[in-house]
Amino acid sequence: MILESKKIWKNYAIGLVWLFVLLWPLLGIHDDGSLTVGRAFRVWLYVLVATFLCLSLYLLHKNDILKWVTSPMAKVRNRVTAAAGALPNWFWVLSVLTGAVLFPLFSHRYAQDVAINVLIYVCLGLGLNIVVGLAGMLDLGYIAFYGVGAYTYALLNLQYGMSFWVALPFAAFFACISGCIIGYPTLRMRGDYLAIVTLGFGEIVRIILNNWMELTNGPNGLLGIKPPGIYYPSFAHGFSLEFLYLKKLHYLYYVILFLCIFTIVAVYRLNYSRIGRAWEAIREDETVAELMGVNTFRLKLLAYAMGAIFGGIAGAFFSARMRFVSPESFSFLESAMVLSMVVLGGMASIPGIILGTFALIVLPEVFREVELYRMLAFGAAMTLMMLFRPEGLIPAKRVGTRSEERGG
Amino acid sequence: MEFFLQQLINGITLGGIYALIALGYTMVYGIIQLINFAHGEFFAAGGYMGVILLSYLAAHGYMTTHPWLCLGGALVLTMIYCAGLAMAVEKVAYKPLRYASRLSVLLSALGMSIFLQNGLMLTQGVYDKPYPSSLGQGGFEFGMITLSYLQILIVAVTVILLVGLNALVFKTRIGKAMRATAQDKVMSSLVGINSNKIISLTFALGAGLAAAAGVMVGLYYGSVRYDMGFIPGIKAFAAAVLGGIGNITGAMLGGLIIGMVEIFGAGYISGQYKDVFAFIILIAVLYFMPTGIMGENIDDTRV
Repeated sequence: MILESKKIWKNYAIGLVWLFVLLWPLLGIHDDGSLTVGRAFRVWLYVLVATFLCLSLYLLHKNDILKWVTSPMAKVRNRVTAAAGALPNWFWVLSVLTGAVLFPLFSHRYAQDVAINVLIYVCLGLGLNIVVGLAGMLDLGYIAFYGVGAYTYALLNLQYGMSFWVALPFAAFFACISGCIIGYPTLRMRGDYLAIVTLGFGEIVRIILNNWMELTNGPNGLLGIKPPGIYYPSFAHGFSLEFLYLKKLHYLYYVILFLCIFTIVAVYRLNYSRIGRAWEAIREDETVAELMGVNTFRLKLLAYAMGAIFGGIAGAFFSARMRFVSPESFSFLESAMVLSMVVLGGMASIPGIILGTFALIVLPEVFREVELYRMLAFGAAMTLMMLFRPEGLIPAKRVGTRSEERGG
Repeated sequence: MEFFLQQLINGITLGGIYALIALGYTMVYGIIQLINFAHGEFFAAGGYMGVILLSYLAAHGYMTTHPWLCLGGALVLTMIYCAGLAMAVEKVAYKPLRYASRLSVLLSALGMSIFLQNGLMLTQGVYDKPYPSSLGQGGFEFGMITLSYLQILIVAVTVILLVGLNALVFKTRIGKAMRATAQDKVMSSLVGINSNKIISLTFALGAGLAAAAGVMVGLYYGSVRYDMGFIPGIKAFAAAVLGGIGNITGAMLGGLIIGMVEIFGAGYISGQYKDVFAFIILIAVLYFMPTGIMGENIDDTRV
C-alpha cells in the first residue's frame, strides 16, 4: 500500500508540473512584451490545493484511516434508507408532488423563474433520456427538436393566431416529423458516428433558422408570441366562460408543471413497457436484440421520434414563456447542457435526471458570482463523472437480473 | 474562368488546413476507435498560442527584423505546446477509460472539449484576438487572380508537414509501431511495443498538426476566437470520414475535397449555407459509402 501511494504521489507531482507548463504560456505571456508568473502561479496554486485535498482524502479512505468518520456515516445512511423504505413509494411521490404544487405560494418571482427553468430542462432531459439512456444512442443535436417545437408554436401563433393548447400537438407533431427525417438516414449507424451526424444535423437546423429570413426573421428572432390562455367559468353576470392569458409567472409554473408530470408519467410508462424493454435490449447489445426478433431500426426510429416529441413540447412552452425566440437559444452548448444533466443524474433513471437538472440549474443560480466558470465546471464534471461514477448520481434500477449477477 | 481559378486557389488553401486537422482525428480513431471531440480545441489552442507568441515577439520588435524566423519559431513552439496539451488530456480523460464502454469515453471527450473551450475563453477573453502580423501581405497578381504570399506559405507548410508525417508513419520504426498498434493492440504489445506510449505519441502528433493549422488559420483570417475549434472540428471529421477513417492518405484527400466543396459551394450556390455542405457530405458518405474513399472494410461496431 505504501509503495502504491508513493507511485501515486510521483505521478501527481509530474502531473502538476505538466499543468504549470501548460498554464503559464496562456496566463504569463502578454501582448505588451512582458512576462509574468504571478497569475499563472495563483491559478495553479488553487488547483494544487484542491486536488491535493481530494487526493489525500481519497488515499486516507483507501487505507482505512478515515474509518472513524465513514463508518458512523454509513450507519446513519443505512438507517435513513431503511426509514425511507419503511414508508411506501406513493407517499414520497405524493409529498414531492404536494411540495411542487404548493411551491408558488411560498416563493417569490425569482425562485419561480428558476423553477420554471428547471421544469423545462426536466422535460428536455427526460426526452433525451429516451434516446440516450434507454436506447443507448448518443444524440448531440437534441436541441434541434426543442428549436423546432419553439418555432412551430411561435409561427402558428404569430401567423394564424393559434392558441397554445391547439398548437402544442402541432409542435409535438412537427418535432416528431423532423426527428423521423433526421433519424431515417442516420439510425443505421452506431455509437460514435451517430453522435457526430446528429451534431451536424443540430447545426444544420440552427443555420437554417438563422438564415431563412422570410420565415424565421433570421438572427433577430420572432417577437410578440402570446402566452398560453385558459377559459375559466365566471359567475359575475350569470354563467359565462372568460378567457385569460396566463401571463403571471405562477400560472406559467403550473402549465409547465402539468407538462412535466405528463412527461414523467409517459417516460415511466414507456420505460416499463414492451417497447422500453426492447430499447434496453438494443442498448445492451444491438446484434443480439436483432437476433431475438427485435425490429431494431423501427424501434430506434421510434425512440428518436418519442424523444423529439418531448423536446418539441418543451420548446413550445419555452417560446410561450419567453414570448420571443431566436436561433441563439438553440446552440450546441444547450445540447451539451441537457446531455450533461442526463449523464450527471444517471442515464435511464428518472429521479436521477430530475436531480441532475436541479443540480445544474440551481447551483449556478446560487453561486452567481462564479457564473463565468459554469461551463468549465460542466465540462469537468462530465469527464469526472465518467471517470469515477459512470452510472450517475442515482443509478437506474435494472428490470430483472442479468445472468452474471445471479451468481454461479 | 478567373472566378473559378481564384476559388480553386482558395479551396486548396482551406482544404490543406482541413487536411491537417483531419489527420489528428483519423490517427486517433485508427488507433483507439475514439472520436476525439477535444481535437477541435487543440486547433483553437494552437491559434491562441500562435497569437500569444507572435504578439510577444512583435512587442519586442523581432517581427520587423526577423519575420520568417519568428514565424517559424512560433509555429514550432505552438506545435510542441499543443502536443503536450493533448498528451495531458489523453492521460487524464481517456487512458483510465480504455476498457470502459464507448459511450463513456465519448462523453468524457465531450466534457474535455467543453472544459478546454471554456478554459480558453476564461484565460484569453470572449472577444476576437487579432494577429499582430502584417506578414505575407501582398502577393502575385495574374490578371484578376491573386495568389497571396500567405496562401503560398500555408500550402507550403501544409505540404511539408504532410510529407513529414507520411515519412514518419511509413518509413520509420516508430511509424511501424504505430501501424502495428492500430492493427492489433494485444499482438503488438506481445512483440514488445509499448502501446500506451504509442497512443500518447499519436495524440501528440495529431494535436501538433492541428496546432499548425490553428496558427495558419489565425494568420489567414487575421484573428482567433475561443470557439473557433468547433465548426472546423466537425468539418475535419467529415473529411476524415470521407477519406475513410483510420486512413492517413484518405484524410489528406478528404480534407482537400471538403475545402473545395465548401469554397465552391459558397461561391456558386450560397455563402450563408457554406457550413451546411460539409455536413451534407458527411451524412451522404456515411449513408452510401461508410468506408469512405480509401477505407478498408470496417466491422459493424464502428458504423
